[in-house]
Amino acid sequence: MSDPMRIRAQTQGGGAVVRVLMSHEMETGLRKDAAGKTIPAWHITEVSAALNGKTVLTAQWGTAIAKNPFTEFVVKGAKAGDKISVSWVDNHGDRRTDEATVA
Amino acid sequence: MTRSAAVAALLAGAGLLPAHAQSAWAKAAFDGKSIDDVIKGLGIAKPVESTDVTFTAPDIAENGAVVPISASTALPGVKRIAFLVEKNPTTLAGIFEFTDAVETSVKTRIKMGQTSNVLAVAITGDGKVLYAQKEVKVTLGGCGG
Repeated sequence: MSDPMRIRAQTQGGGAVVRVLMSHEMETGLRKDAAGKTIPAWHITEVSAALNGKTVLTAQWGTAIAKNPFTEFVVKGAKAGDKISVSWVDNHGDRRTDEATVA
Repeated sequence: MTRSAAVAALLAGAGLLPAHAQSAWAKAAFDGKSIDDVIKGLGIAKPVESTDVTFTAPDIAENGAVVPISASTALPGVKRIAFLVEKNPTTLAGIFEFTDAVETSVKTRIKMGQTSNVLAVAITGDGKVLYAQKEVKVTLGGCGG
C-alpha cells in the first residue's frame, strides 16, 4: 500500500525528540489531471502517536498539510529503548502504523 | 453482515465515508474558508494575540507546496495548537492535540496557495484562545488548482 513512515526518536534532555516522515500524496482535491478532471481529495485526516502503547499526541489534518507530511514533537520522560508508534488514517479509510525505538 | 454494515462498507470502499477515529474529524472547521469560519467551526472563543505563543515560519516560501512551520508555548494548560492559513482555499491546515506526556510544541510542513498570514492558535483546556501570526510570502503557490 503506502511506503513505511520514517520515524526517528532520539533522547534529548529528559525526553525524546520524535521526527516522523510519512509517505502520502495529500491531494487537496483542487488539482486537475491532464484531461481536465479534478483529482479527488485524498489526505490523512487523523494521526496519533504513542509511547509504549499510551497515546501521547493526536492530530487532525486537512488538505493543507504538505505531501509526504513531516512532523516533529517532543515526548517527555522517554528513555532509550522505549517504543514510539505513529498511526494515521486517511479519508479513504486507509490506515498505517509504524514503530521505532527511542535511541 | 447486516444490510447497513454492508452499505457502509460499500460507501467506505467508494471513499465516501469519513474515517472513524479518536474524536470526530472537525469537518465544520476544516471546511472553513476564513479565519472566522474556522473559529466558529471549532467552537472556540475569539483568539487573542499573545507573545506567549512562539510561531516560526519562513519570511519567504519559495515552494508553497512545502512550507515548514513550528509553534510552541510555555503556557500551562494548552491542549491544542491549530495552524490556519488565512488565504488558503480552506483555512485550517491542521490541529495538534497534546497530552501531558508531550511538550506543547510541534513542527510540521504545510501547503500555501499564495502569500498569506499564517496563524498558530493555542487553545487551553479551559477555553482560552491565544495566537501568534506571521505573514509568509509565497513565490510559487502549492495548493494546485
